[in-house]
Amino acid sequence: MAVVEVRELSKRFDGVAAVDGIDLASTDGEFLVLLGPSGCGKTTLLRMIGGLEPPTDGDILIGGRVVTNLPPRARQIAMVFQSYALYPHMTVYNNIAFPLKAAKLPKAEQTRRVAWAAGILGIEGFLDRKPRQLSGGQRQRVALARALVREPTVFLLDEPLSNLDAQRRASARDELQGFQRRVGTTTIYVTHDQVEAMGMGDRIAVMEQGRIRQVGTPHEIYDEPADTFVATFLGSPPMNLIPDAASGELLGFRPEHFIPWEAGMGNDWVRFPYHVHRTEYLGAERLLYGEVGEAKAVARFPANSDINTEIGSTTDYAVRRNDLKRFHPETGLRLDRPTNGRQP
Amino acid sequence: MTETARRLQEDDKTTRRQVGATLASPAVAMPGPNAPVWDDAANERERRQARIRQVATRGVLYVTATFFALFAALPFAWMILTVFKQNTDLYDPNRNPVLFNDPPTLGNITFLFERTEYATFARNTLVVAVLVVLVTLIGAVPAAYSLSRLAGRWGEGLGIAIFLVYLVPPTLLFIPLSRVVADLGLRNTWWAMVLVYPTFTIPFCTWLLMGFFKSIPRDIEEQAMIDGYSRLGAIWRTVLPVSVPGLLTVVVFSFALTMHEFVYALAFVTSSHQKTISIGVTTELIRGDVFFWQSLMAAAAIVAIPIALLYNLFLDRFIAGFTLGAVKG
Repeated sequence: MAVVEVRELSKRFDGVAAVDGIDLASTDGEFLVLLGPSGCGKTTLLRMIGGLEPPTDGDILIGGRVVTNLPPRARQIAMVFQSYALYPHMTVYNNIAFPLKAAKLPKAEQTRRVAWAAGILGIEGFLDRKPRQLSGGQRQRVALARALVREPTVFLLDEPLSNLDAQRRASARDELQGFQRRVGTTTIYVTHDQVEAMGMGDRIAVMEQGRIRQVGTPHEIYDEPADTFVATFLGSPPMNLIPDAASGELLGFRPEHFIPWEAGMGNDWVRFPYHVHRTEYLGAERLLYGEVGEAKAVARFPANSDINTEIGSTTDYAVRRNDLKRFHPETGLRLDRPTNGRQP
Repeated sequence: MTETARRLQEDDKTTRRQVGATLASPAVAMPGPNAPVWDDAANERERRQARIRQVATRGVLYVTATFFALFAALPFAWMILTVFKQNTDLYDPNRNPVLFNDPPTLGNITFLFERTEYATFARNTLVVAVLVVLVTLIGAVPAAYSLSRLAGRWGEGLGIAIFLVYLVPPTLLFIPLSRVVADLGLRNTWWAMVLVYPTFTIPFCTWLLMGFFKSIPRDIEEQAMIDGYSRLGAIWRTVLPVSVPGLLTVVVFSFALTMHEFVYALAFVTSSHQKTISIGVTTELIRGDVFFWQSLMAAAAIVAIPIALLYNLFLDRFIAGFTLGAVKG
């Protein structure tokens, strides 16, 4: 168990910065998610922490020790790749025992540890099989067992769920988080899927173009986005952004906070004339698509709510003042945010 | 063959469907857009024709295959037949050449082992082949790995450049190479071949293995590095075991090449006890204009049969090796 820290970390490929001066530190035993669109540098950051990619600048510390120039094998880490990277020519048993062989543990100890790891992941049944004889979910569990078996100080996970089908993914999310809670090992998890990030992360670091936009708990990231990128990257549909004619700022609010205005709504509500184009029924919820002035806006309701706005009509909608976030129209940075974390 | 046959059958089906559609559409009013009406008699005729066509295609296929199989097997059959023939039987033009008119004999084989240095040739060939295989592996594996993984975008071009070296004909190269061999004091020893053969096995095998290594996901190696090995350790434990088909192709290729290479062997080695089979047999069993046909054939058969068996054993992997190299190299 250990704290992972990167300081001023940069990686340039042919002059292009994939990771651009990142400072980030985990806490001990934390499930830290690196979230961002593809090409944002999150995998490069993870690979640098793992020692697979030498950084151009900056330092990496694991457990307080500078490991920037150490090879992967000297870092006491385990990594699970998106492809699981099981050794195709070895049985499941040998796959899991592989890191133990590398560490030159005695045979009896190897057997004991493999049995232990296989037991935790529930894969005792197919230790004799080859990886190609396993399903996607089983392969993932073998990869996790192999990561676990060495009792590493840090887990690095690179989109480990993206090769599973949608149904299997939900249960795998549950298993993975439960597994991490049980073993309590500091985990850095890379994903582009906000549902995985929100559902599993203790904290989320949102990345874009090689920089970290915001670090925070899922609540902070969702409720108090630091800028318009974070505001629109998380949430589906994303936060609505409406230019405010009076102040020139951008007003942001979540679709679920956008409801029909009623007489009696007091001073803490802000009214917007909302022109509705189209409605979408999604089973559990209903979405309204339309415009406030020139800007597009979406409203979201539970499917069983009795709200009945006619398509093509313009009616008054309202947002509670507390749910309105204010952003700078050019930089996109948050203007009204309490001072926790990154500020302009 | 079965694959081809299946494809042919499928082709047949599509033609039949198309023909059926053209027959039905102009004459009969269609009840619905997706329900073609079939004239039963026409349908039956169609099916019979398709059947005949199918049988005919199969027939042509088998006849062709049989022809080529026989064509390829004929020299072998002739070789085996000749080995056991007595002189009088072989040379008399009035006798049926495909029958044993005199009783078969083992004399030609004993002649080969007792009156020539065939055993020495065979041993030399084996030693040279094993050494060439080793040298090739030691040279080509690291070269192919570094070109495919470490050299970045230069790797591809360099790989092709190296492969081009393989295409320079030995008849051209043996002249400069003979100077090298002489300067190194290897003239007239089989060490000359151990030195020279890798000049064309390594380029070819490097190119071949590059294709293999590229097809192996990097993740596996990186995983092995995370799991506690150095890069070399990771290559040894993951990349090499996974590329066994490619390595096997390299071994078979280098081995077979040593067995049949002629020009260099002839140019660099003259004394009998240093010769390999390919030149030893042809120089020792053709004396002036006297051909010891049966012993020549015996010498060839004794080498050819184990190699043929070996090839067949690994045929699938061998083809996989070459085609993978071709596609990905």
